Amino acid sequence: MTEAPIRFYQVGSFAVGNRLLPLEVRTVQAESDRSNAITSGHRACQGCGEALGARYALDAAMAATKGQMFAVNATGCLEVFSTPYPETSWRLPWLHSLFGNAPAVATGVAAALKAQGRDDIRVVAQGGDGGTVDIGFACLSGMFERNDDVLYICYDNEGYMNTGVQRSGATPPAARTMTTQAVGDDPGNVFGQGKDVPRIAMAHEIPYVATATVADLHDLEAKATKAMSMRGARYLHVLVPCPLGWGSESSATLAVARGATQSGLFPVFEAEGGEVTGVTPIRRQVPVEDYLSMQKRFAHLFSPRRRDDVIARVQAQADKNIRRYGLLEES
Amino acid sequence: MTEQRLTDLGMPQRPFAITLDVGSSLANHTGTWRTERPVYVSNLPPCNHACPAGEDIQQWLYLAEEGGYEAAWRRILADNPFPAIMGRVCYHPCETACNRAEIDEAVGINAVERFLGDQARVEGWALPTPAPGSGKRVLVVGAGPSGLSAAWFLRLLGHDVTLRDAEDRPGGMMRYGIPAYRLPRDVVDEEIARIETLGVHFELGSRVDDLEPLLATYDAVFLAVGAHVGRRAYVPAGEAARIVDAVSLLHDVEGGTAPLLGRTVAVYGGGNTALDAARTARRLGATDAVVVYRRTRDRMPAHDSEVQEALDEGIRMKWLSTVKHADEGVLLIEKMELDETGFPQPTGEMEELAADSLVLALGQDADLALLDGLDGITTTGGVVDVDPSMMTGRIGLFAGGDMVPSDRTVTVAVGHGKTAARHIDAWLRGTTCPPVPQRSLAAFDDLTTWYYSDAPHRVRPRLEGARRAGTFDEVVQGLDPESALFEARRCLSCGNCFGCDNCFGVCPDNAVKKIGAPGPGGYEFDFDFCKGCGLCVAECPCGAITMVPEE
Repeated sequence: MTEAPIRFYQVGSFAVGNRLLPLEVRTVQAESDRSNAITSGHRACQGCGEALGARYALDAAMAATKGQMFAVNATGCLEVFSTPYPETSWRLPWLHSLFGNAPAVATGVAAALKAQGRDDIRVVAQGGDGGTVDIGFACLSGMFERNDDVLYICYDNEGYMNTGVQRSGATPPAARTMTTQAVGDDPGNVFGQGKDVPRIAMAHEIPYVATATVADLHDLEAKATKAMSMRGARYLHVLVPCPLGWGSESSATLAVARGATQSGLFPVFEAEGGEVTGVTPIRRQVPVEDYLSMQKRFAHLFSPRRRDDVIARVQAQADKNIRRYGLLEES
Repeated sequence: MTEQRLTDLGMPQRPFAITLDVGSSLANHTGTWRTERPVYVSNLPPCNHACPAGEDIQQWLYLAEEGGYEAAWRRILADNPFPAIMGRVCYHPCETACNRAEIDEAVGINAVERFLGDQARVEGWALPTPAPGSGKRVLVVGAGPSGLSAAWFLRLLGHDVTLRDAEDRPGGMMRYGIPAYRLPRDVVDEEIARIETLGVHFELGSRVDDLEPLLATYDAVFLAVGAHVGRRAYVPAGEAARIVDAVSLLHDVEGGTAPLLGRTVAVYGGGNTALDAARTARRLGATDAVVVYRRTRDRMPAHDSEVQEALDEGIRMKWLSTVKHADEGVLLIEKMELDETGFPQPTGEMEELAADSLVLALGQDADLALLDGLDGITTTGGVVDVDPSMMTGRIGLFAGGDMVPSDRTVTVAVGHGKTAARHIDAWLRGTTCPPVPQRSLAAFDDLTTWYYSDAPHRVRPRLEGARRAGTFDEVVQGLDPESALFEARRCLSCGNCFGCDNCFGVCPDNAVKKIGAPGPGGYEFDFDFCKGCGLCVAECPCGAITMVPEE
């Protein structure tokens, strides 16, 4: 765990802030003068996890770099809802190019800054899971391979939500999307496909790889801050629930993200140089069923016929994560 | 704006193929999407709801969390003049109701209250100032918790208060009914002294026998004479059997004239007084004290903590037993059994129990002789009927505490005194007491407990059972400052904002604004941009936000 041990305050390290906490222990999001890198008036859906994740990560990075920062954005929900021409929600220098080349464009920006001798300005690239895991993956792998000085943040909502909820390489097995419909004997996305990009990133042995969710702000901010303290290629994979695509309540975005981590389906860890250096242990373990039943994209596992066999396969996946990362070993 | 006008204003020409100026999304008021809006609420925490004295517990814990002990103490004083006494003798229904019990253990509210009460005694915090004199004279009869509480609040409201009591020292059952090992007398003396300091006239050792002339002299009278008469039950006894009643025993111990009970003592009854009598007997030198009770432990009216403390001190319990006959040195005991309704039935099976004396603790009655001949007074089951304003059938005569229908605890009595004082004040001024605004109860399901740290209950140290049985030293000790702060901060602040910034942090639309210091009233929604997603409501740890339909 990257965070300090639990304090005995009314809220310890879990809430955004607390009037009882010393200033240095509060989150960036607790401060009135946070940069609000993505400001009000954006057109994201109610309860959008990605809008929240982007603000969390970028505000922390802005605080860590004292605002000396440049963002490159892949095509996707985040770009579309924040930047319908001519209006923008971004309050930092921001560049959009194509769906698949954000890592390459960011690399170019970093190279240009280096050529100008501006090592004080840091570069962040960001995109959804479609632009990262699938379409932009070659550029991303190249960026890792060259160890370019860029932090790439993937906001993973497990599908192409902007274009109408299609399957991506990050869509979990058994999930219903428009292209993996809930019809037939084995409905939903198939088992055994897709990509675990955090582990692929680790295989590149880049300086820093981490996963996080919008449900643990302290952890997410600590990782964004740490990433900005380092040079070279860094990768932050943030789980951002999508109320529309996942069929969850708009008020349940953080609860769903918590369910993903507490079931073990989304392991939260960090790695340096290809080795896992820290995990966030599960605090209150829940069966995967609790997580799945919060989302309509898994409704076909419960009705009209309960699919205990499929639920058991998903549980086995969670158990494997728990073993692999030691998510229950410390408390 | 047209291009022509922008140019006139000195705006730069746009680059090739760009036809619109860059604008901020702030122009896009997404608040129009909303069908429901969040609003901050202040719901009634279960602790406050359960407090017989009406203390705003969540509020004073909130103040204590920041180390604002004096402010917290003052918040208690607004409803209860005896924090240090309460922190020792209250049976804390607040803790029974506490939502935190569903996570780990209830907050140690009573322990924190005692800590605050003791801090005030150590630091000598100044008392509140009474309101300007009203010119009205009020008589309070009975200097127990109810009478003292009424006197305190009436004096604060500006009235001229006289407090009369038959005993030489004030305190009522707090002094003459509760043993010193539970409530040290210096605590009683110090907290009562404040009431005198405030300007209440004490007339002690002056029993009131005839109320009629006093009703003519004073503008209002509050009666709180308690229930000091030990209930008589017929126990056939031989000439030489030694039988005393528990109320007299406890009273005489306080007066320094404790009766000789002998080496073995039996106490007949199952209430708190029975346990107090048995524990007192041990302290007076009895080597063996046995509580004889007709039913079983789970059906005993005594509080569990007292039963446990008595057992720790070596008190023996004889369940399912009644006393059939008492003789010198020996009691005849009949075994009982519970029928389907839980009522004890005799079995005819007898046994003998050696006991030098028998203490009867079968309940107490109020001595209502002073009401004889008064018009309009009615009684039910030996206690005086009062209306919701605590007024008896006689205009201007109010009553509270053990002499009216209620649970007989110090906290209930204090609550009666406060309620009566407010209604007496309204009555004297020819107005009515404003009704307390109704708030919805803050339920456990409204909380998002994820955000609260795991923090086990801090327990108060106690003297060990074997060590304490021979002395009247206080059994339960206070919390140290660090533990008291820890315990206060375990409060979940049910239904009331405590300034965690979560609503400010979790809004995907930056639609929560900070308008002051974090805490109640420190946040405001920006309805130009709030899309009504309800994340702030779902993630508020304490359930202090709710959604209401958009008009």
